[in-house]
Amino acid sequence: MRKLAMILVPAFSLCAAAGAFAQESKVVLKDAPGRDKTMQCIACHSVDYIQMNSRFLDKAGWTASINKMVNVFGAPIPKEDVETIADYLAQHYGKSAPK
Amino acid sequence: MNGQKGIASRRAFVAGLAGAGALGLTGNLRQALAGPVGGTAELGLAEIPDGALAEQYLYALPGKLPLIKKTYRPPNFETPLGYFRTPITPNKAFFVRWHLAGIPQVQAKDWSLSVAGDAAGNVAPFTLAELKKNFKQAEVTAVCQCSGNRRGLFEPHVPGVEWGVGAMGNAVWRGVRLRDVLAKAGVKKEALEVVFDGADHPPLAKTPDFVKSLPVDVAMSEDVLIAFEMNGQPLPHWNGFPARLVVPGWTGTYWVKQLASIKVVSSPEKNFWMSTAYRLPRGRFKTPTFSSQLYAANEPITTMVVNSLVTSLKSGQQVARGKPISVKGIAWDSGSGIDRVEISSDTGASWQRAALGKDLGKYSFREFSLDLPGRESGAMVVMARATSRSGETQVPELIHNPAGYHHNVIQRLYLEIA
Repeated sequence: MRKLAMILVPAFSLCAAAGAFAQESKVVLKDAPGRDKTMQCIACHSVDYIQMNSRFLDKAGWTASINKMVNVFGAPIPKEDVETIADYLAQHYGKSAPK
Repeated sequence: MNGQKGIASRRAFVAGLAGAGALGLTGNLRQALAGPVGGTAELGLAEIPDGALAEQYLYALPGKLPLIKKTYRPPNFETPLGYFRTPITPNKAFFVRWHLAGIPQVQAKDWSLSVAGDAAGNVAPFTLAELKKNFKQAEVTAVCQCSGNRRGLFEPHVPGVEWGVGAMGNAVWRGVRLRDVLAKAGVKKEALEVVFDGADHPPLAKTPDFVKSLPVDVAMSEDVLIAFEMNGQPLPHWNGFPARLVVPGWTGTYWVKQLASIKVVSSPEKNFWMSTAYRLPRGRFKTPTFSSQLYAANEPITTMVVNSLVTSLKSGQQVARGKPISVKGIAWDSGSGIDRVEISSDTGASWQRAALGKDLGKYSFREFSLDLPGRESGAMVVMARATSRSGETQVPELIHNPAGYHHNVIQRLYLEIA
């Protein structure tokens, strides 16, 4: 958690500087195991990117998205978290997720 | 197959509406049935993903009108349909699209534009005042449309910003010609591409900065501007203040905002945003090729495809029996200009030419309108199809591509005559 907090601080100070994105805290991901790890995404973007891309990806699709974030955009997501995040996204925002 | 499924579900929707009408709905319920904010089924097109629909609503960024929020950070906001009922899109309603969350508040007095690169001569950076004073100013009315406008309508869906129809706008852009500024620096004969970088930056050092390039002949064409005004006003912050590139006919990805640096180079620009993103399967579309950026499998997106948008009707709408049906909207292409917009009310068996509105320039939205004669009770389908002066026509079925670009499928609006 400490590691996560360190990632989040710069993200939030950027929001504060921009002054326009306080609203994004109203975007809430489903409360379920894996959400904490998934919240690492906010280092770079609001999590409405996740709802927006639902529900049409399967676990392979979400894994590809996470890997793109890590490998192309340099997201500091530890390798061991990728599976947890992909499971969370597939289950709650995947192709066959409940509404 | 998807088209068939779409027709069936829309028929069910129309039938459902008829039933609801018989029950005498209250105003609130009618509102709910009118569809969620920014839905595209009501435009006679495929619907955007349900998760996207559930998470989007109107929200006003500072200095903007309420627009359809797709994502907060980086900010991606779509223009609601109503603002397309005039051919010029108001600045405060103009869509907002950023790739990276680091968007500085640039002050005009602090801003300068550098011109460099191995194929350019030496020149000192330009201040905004110098740019305005030292070069002849020019104006162009042109559509700025995101490459991925209507991506959300792809069947099957593809990941990305799930835009409906409003990631576009038309404005009168005023600035100076890029070619005049480049000429001041001097363009060497080995120049191949011109590379553009804005003041925006990624939140992480490892993320590729958003940098785009154009073929040198496009950069040197007379219509390409470094614009500092939009519809007679300074550019809004969210649309690239104090200056952005305007590349009429080319998709929005090339219209670099908060333009800070230009490089004239003798080798192809290789960053992620050129070599991986914004690419199409090679040869799938008949748009111009970007010859210094071709790979075996794919090529960069270049100019827009011909398209139109009906703004006077909603699919599922009830129309009074015997009353003329007004079909109005806008059409645009990459700059040959709109030759004709045709309307069909018999699922495409026959087409009738709409009247075209005032010609505001070959890169502009062009209005169209046609009154269809009144009908007896029943259902009807209204379609609109634009054709450019170069002979390009909107497609009846989606031309799929992995990143979700160039959606110009003909709308099919279902009306119920009652």
